Amino acid sequence: MEMAQELHVLAVDDSHVDRKVIERLLKISCCKVTAVESGTRALQYLGLDGGKSSMGIDGLKVNLILTDYSMPGMTGYELLKKIKESSVLSKIPVVIMSSEKILPRIDRCLEEGAEEFLLKPVKLSDVKRLRDFILRGEGDDNKETEKNIKQVCSRKRKFQDDSMTQSMLSAVVTAHDIELSSQESSASSESQQPLSKQSKIG
Amino acid sequence: MERNNNLHRQVASLRQSLFDQGYVDEQFIELEELQDDATPNFVEEVVTLFYNDSARLIHNIDQSLEEHPLDFAKLDNFMHQFKGSSSSIGAKKVKIECTKFMEYCRAGNVEGCKGTFQQLKREYAVLRKKLEVYFQYARPAGPTDTASYRPK
Repeated sequence: MEMAQELHVLAVDDSHVDRKVIERLLKISCCKVTAVESGTRALQYLGLDGGKSSMGIDGLKVNLILTDYSMPGMTGYELLKKIKESSVLSKIPVVIMSSEKILPRIDRCLEEGAEEFLLKPVKLSDVKRLRDFILRGEGDDNKETEKNIKQVCSRKRKFQDDSMTQSMLSAVVTAHDIELSSQESSASSESQQPLSKQSKIG
Repeated sequence: MERNNNLHRQVASLRQSLFDQGYVDEQFIELEELQDDATPNFVEEVVTLFYNDSARLIHNIDQSLEEHPLDFAKLDNFMHQFKGSSSSIGAKKVKIECTKFMEYCRAGNVEGCKGTFQQLKREYAVLRKKLEVYFQYARPAGPTDTASYRPK
């Protein structure tokens, strides 16, 4: 049976701002994302509330649950507990995010079975590290898949990075315009930029 | 081309002053790095969500500060949310005021809370103005941008 090409991450956070950012971080890291605003919604999605699970319907297995700690109603810790108590879902890795570095809290989460505790704001490097960790954990047979995903993802991102670098370079053009333009020209010819970018220079 | 260069200089200068004057920190750069040609308005979209959240929280905190006696736990909770979203967009000065407020809350200091909140609202208003100007200039495919500036 072929393994899904992209990891599917369920992100749980009551903050709209943080949901948007984490979603973007995960998409850039080539993960499929389902973002929900509460532990209750997360359990509904996972089918733990007794109702119909959307996960079952479209067969999108969840490879990682990334949840905020401080949420109204059900905290990330309480969500973690419910997942670890479930025979169906306990194998899914759970990572807790928090803006507060409270050691007893971190210990409690790790003891309850959290894979990791991330300090907010979460960075792209954190997400990439997580993704690689999860890929490795998906089994030896999938070493090829892990390599493929990383290669495809970095190819995709390099293209986007190059576009971004070009626009960032333009944004920081200062009195040294001419100098920078000539630097850009040489950088472009080295890294096989698409033709359309070159018209920006000079 | 001359016009574009001037615009680029202005954008760069506006952006640099946001950092130099301490309005935003490295987290703002982290957000910029998530933006690309496919999502050219990402940072502005996140900041807009921040404005929405902030408006709601400011309103709630203002109301709560009118209560007698103050519910410090409730205030602390609102401010924790505000601090979180400020931190997520790199709003440095606003975040500092949030931290101060939470310290006063935990100390049960009414005047401290009220005074700090006024300061917070001022910082928030200034940040908002500065970001609005910055995004106006930095927005892709603005009226002064030409086709050669933005690759399709």
